[in-house]
Amino acid sequence: MTMEATRYEDGTISYPGHPRGPGGTEPVETVDLSEYTAEVITWTTSMATPPGVREPNHLAIVEFDIDGEIVRALGQLTTGDVETGDEVQPVHVDELREPGAGIREPASQEWDGYRFEPV
Amino acid sequence: MERVAVIGSSMTQFGQRDGWILDLLAEAGLACLGDAGVDAADVEHLYVSNMASGEFEGQTGIMNALAQDIDATPAYTQRIDQTSSSGGAGIYAAWQSVASGASDMTLLVGGEKMTHRTTGESTDVIASLTHPVEYKQGVTLPSFAGLTARHYLERFDAPRESLGKVAVKNHANGVHNPHAQFQKEVDLETVLESPIVADPLRLYDFCPITDGSAALMLCPESVAQEYTDEYAVITGIDGATDTHVVHEREDPTIMGGVVESGEGAYEMSGRGPDDIDVAELHDMFTILEFLQMEGLGFAEHGEAWKLVEEGETERDGELPINTSGGLKSKGHPLGASGVAQGVEIYEQLVGEAGDRQVEAEVGLCCNVGGFGNCVITTIMEAAQ
Repeated sequence: MTMEATRYEDGTISYPGHPRGPGGTEPVETVDLSEYTAEVITWTTSMATPPGVREPNHLAIVEFDIDGEIVRALGQLTTGDVETGDEVQPVHVDELREPGAGIREPASQEWDGYRFEPV
Repeated sequence: MERVAVIGSSMTQFGQRDGWILDLLAEAGLACLGDAGVDAADVEHLYVSNMASGEFEGQTGIMNALAQDIDATPAYTQRIDQTSSSGGAGIYAAWQSVASGASDMTLLVGGEKMTHRTTGESTDVIASLTHPVEYKQGVTLPSFAGLTARHYLERFDAPRESLGKVAVKNHANGVHNPHAQFQKEVDLETVLESPIVADPLRLYDFCPITDGSAALMLCPESVAQEYTDEYAVITGIDGATDTHVVHEREDPTIMGGVVESGEGAYEMSGRGPDDIDVAELHDMFTILEFLQMEGLGFAEHGEAWKLVEEGETERDGELPINTSGGLKSKGHPLGASGVAQGVEIYEQLVGEAGDRQVEAEVGLCCNVGGFGNCVITTIMEAAQ
């Protein structure tokens, strides 16, 4: 299991990856973000969640520094006890929300992924 | 290219309605025909702004159904879906149809029927616009707002109360809008003590779930003069996108689609932020009013909250914002909201805004789709 980001020809990295990067650059390799820690940029606790989503749902936007290249990700937090600037690490979860409980076709996407846990 | 005029408008009661999507669209469409004094047989293009009638109600093909219901066949029809900015995108499509010469009379009707669904279901329909890596985390549009609001308040050292004052102002304006879902004032204490929805934002920082419809009639200026002396002209309009994946934006407090569409509309109209007399901004969440004020050049980056604190955006202020009550008080029936913004600006420019009337020759509306994923900015001016 990996938290797969994409590096493009110009060196930039995005999560998730796209068929084309900034300036139309092509993907050249993947980077596993789960091997790195990140810094919390901002966070929220959502108290009104859709069907199949835990309630409350602690969420954060975090920032990875991959050898000087910044890449951000959004994900659930393992706890609501965080502050902006905290260091977190990705931990794998088999099912982030219940497939089929919401409007999206369950087979159309993956449902496992990563939460962020304070280091 | 001949200038495009707006010669009529209408808006149903917003709120929890008994009627379904086709009922709401027909109600606004017929009222707009009456307001403009246009025979349905003279409508050449009919556009329907709507995000999700299929998902909410299981009813598709609503543009064709509306054409028959209001006796506008054989008008060309098209449904416009651009999520929450479907209404603004409808104004753009209607403007294009007239400006290109393809149509001499275009009726735009926006509408949505939502309240029969639970809050969770409606939230999920809206959240389905997110990328798969966002959706599986259970992210919602309100949670994006919470994330952005915390970042804004911390980075710019803005007081939490300033967001609450946006809600207080827009509710005060909504009192004077007979079509608004909420026609009652709220005080700051009530806003700041309401239940948390997406920390640090609370219930009164969010717009409600709403049923409703709104409509505008567009035609070439030369045709407008056959119908009325009191009309408005769309002098600037542009649309733009930002990243689909919200966290990939370089600066979470800048909505690139707002900046780009605003610059395009200003350039086309030859106007700038200082020329705008009244504005309708997409206050689906209070924080969005700040981001649009800054993206459109009404305030410096990180300083919109100061204008709100100083009262400059109130109805008697230097730049009245959301005189209609905004989405916050008026309600947010997704596909109708951008059209209803246009209705408010049109009515302000032709002097039909009643108790909400302000002195205005130039107005602007900014309609935001997703969490800034796609944006339409429109500038209207009173006919000279």
